[in-house]
Amino acid sequence: MVHYMNIFQLSYKNLLRRKLRTTFTILGITLSAWVLITLLGFNNGYENSLNKDIEGMGFQIVLTAKGCPYEAATLMLKGGTGLRYMPEEIVQGVANDPDVAQTTAMLMHAEFDPDKGENGGTIVYLGIDIPSYPELKPYLTFKQGAWFQNAAERKVVLGFEAAELEQREVGDSMLLPGSAEEYQVVGILKRTGTQDDGMIFLPLKTVQKVFNKEGQLTMLGIRLKQTADANAFEEKLYSLPDVQVVSMAQVKNTILGLVSSAKVIVLSIAFIAFVIAMFGVLNTVLMSVFERYQEIGILKSMGALPKDIFVMILIETTLLCTLGGILGISLAFVFSGASEMAIRFFLPFTPNGNLILITTPTVVWSFLTIALIGIIGGIYPAQRAAHIRPLDAIRSE
Amino acid sequence: MNIITAKNLTKIYARGVEKVFALNDASFVIKKGEILSITGASGSGKTTLVNILGCLDNPTSGVLTVAEQQVFGEQKELSEAALTLIRRQYFGYVFQKFFLIPTLTVQENIMLPSIFQKNLQTNLQNLQPTLEILGLTQRARHLPAELSGGEMQRVAIARALINKPQVLLADEPTGNLDSKRSDEIKNLLVTLNREQGITIILVTHNPDLAKIGSSAIELLDGKILKKSC
Repeated sequence: MVHYMNIFQLSYKNLLRRKLRTTFTILGITLSAWVLITLLGFNNGYENSLNKDIEGMGFQIVLTAKGCPYEAATLMLKGGTGLRYMPEEIVQGVANDPDVAQTTAMLMHAEFDPDKGENGGTIVYLGIDIPSYPELKPYLTFKQGAWFQNAAERKVVLGFEAAELEQREVGDSMLLPGSAEEYQVVGILKRTGTQDDGMIFLPLKTVQKVFNKEGQLTMLGIRLKQTADANAFEEKLYSLPDVQVVSMAQVKNTILGLVSSAKVIVLSIAFIAFVIAMFGVLNTVLMSVFERYQEIGILKSMGALPKDIFVMILIETTLLCTLGGILGISLAFVFSGASEMAIRFFLPFTPNGNLILITTPTVVWSFLTIALIGIIGGIYPAQRAAHIRPLDAIRSE
Repeated sequence: MNIITAKNLTKIYARGVEKVFALNDASFVIKKGEILSITGASGSGKTTLVNILGCLDNPTSGVLTVAEQQVFGEQKELSEAALTLIRRQYFGYVFQKFFLIPTLTVQENIMLPSIFQKNLQTNLQNLQPTLEILGLTQRARHLPAELSGGEMQRVAIARALINKPQVLLADEPTGNLDSKRSDEIKNLLVTLNREQGITIILVTHNPDLAKIGSSAIELLDGKILKKSC
């Protein structure tokens, strides 16, 4: 059987001549591609997760006690410390506003538990109003049990992760800090992928009583009517004393603003990595052309046209970039979990859900970018090779 | 029938202000099916002449006609692409150095010109007979590194023949070989000429190899010193 060979196979075999050099060039492209895909995935994932977290809040506007807006944002999304309080009387005034569809008052209390995890951790207790809280968060469904009633003072609902951490089932009892009384677990929520998973929910009045915050709230969640003008409503709330209004859009913009500068720096690094990879490709292919100077001349004496040689060299660079791109994309998928862990470690605030979201358009565009950069890097060596005169090559013996 | 006609071919190189005549007013014809030996001392212009005859180099002046088609002469100079097409159609080249691609097998090296000439299917039919003629059938799947010098030169000749050229240009084809391998190549060239009717233009220092020529040209300082038929 006679072996059938085409120009692609010829280019491929040319790359095999210097296996180590080819490997290192592909490795350079792989790393650049990996960084690019991961960063683009992070770009998608972070915003997507943040949107989900914010949508998961169930209300568009939050009223909190006056303080740092970043603290307010963290409080809403993660359950922060150093909480500030506002008087409960404020609820009625807001709830009666014709633009308001529903409100839900909350009191959050964070307590450090030295037994949580390896180095201890914060347990967040959230006092909620029934039925307004479940109504605003209809996606909260139960793995076991159901919500308590407002009057049921010593009942607890656990978020999915909180239940795992506390190792409690429905019907079990648990103690609260500073209280000798036992509280019965009446429900365990299904996993939501939001901050609610880590919460311990109690009736609002109970939290106020147990933690000595009677008549006080940390937040008032507000859902507006569909016909309401959110901006005009926010303006009205600014007239209230000692409270601040935080809209979900503001929270989102605040957090995106915090991470955007970091993203610019990292994207710049990715760009530099790509430029270096492109010059790596250019260098490798140019060296290969110089090494094969005579051989290319002989190919031309055999009948290869300048465009044939140009195509042959360009295929070599495209093969390098394609292989590097595929490997880089694969690594980005395989190590997305590890990359996410690293990002969570370095960033001060990260939303729940997948931080690195690698979508098909991201993969396609990244792959095309890598291929394009490879082709650009290959044009100069290909042109040099195409213009080698056969006679010069033969004379160079 | 003349396959190549050279008329007053001259090639001048500039060495500073000095003009060097690498080829000086060479005129001759090469008949289809003959073996032309070109001999002469080093620097006499043999390689310059064979390069011009093979359309790899252009003369400073003079006319070269290949198969009644004027390649170099009074008319506008042909483009590199046009010269490539003439080389494809009429010539096969064998050099002192074999220029085999080390990562390709013998048969892949032989088929190399077909990739660029887009006649792979036709040449696949020529491959087996070519391998047989050159005694390379058993070596078809070997890499060049596994071959002897004589075998490598036979692969280079097979590569030059795969497109069935009318003229085979061989510049010092035995220059890198010992006497036994040189004899093998010499006999092979004679066989190719007799059995396939290929015109062979042979540049050599080797007087024994030069004897196979049915005609001969001896050069001295770029000028034809002796011409014999």
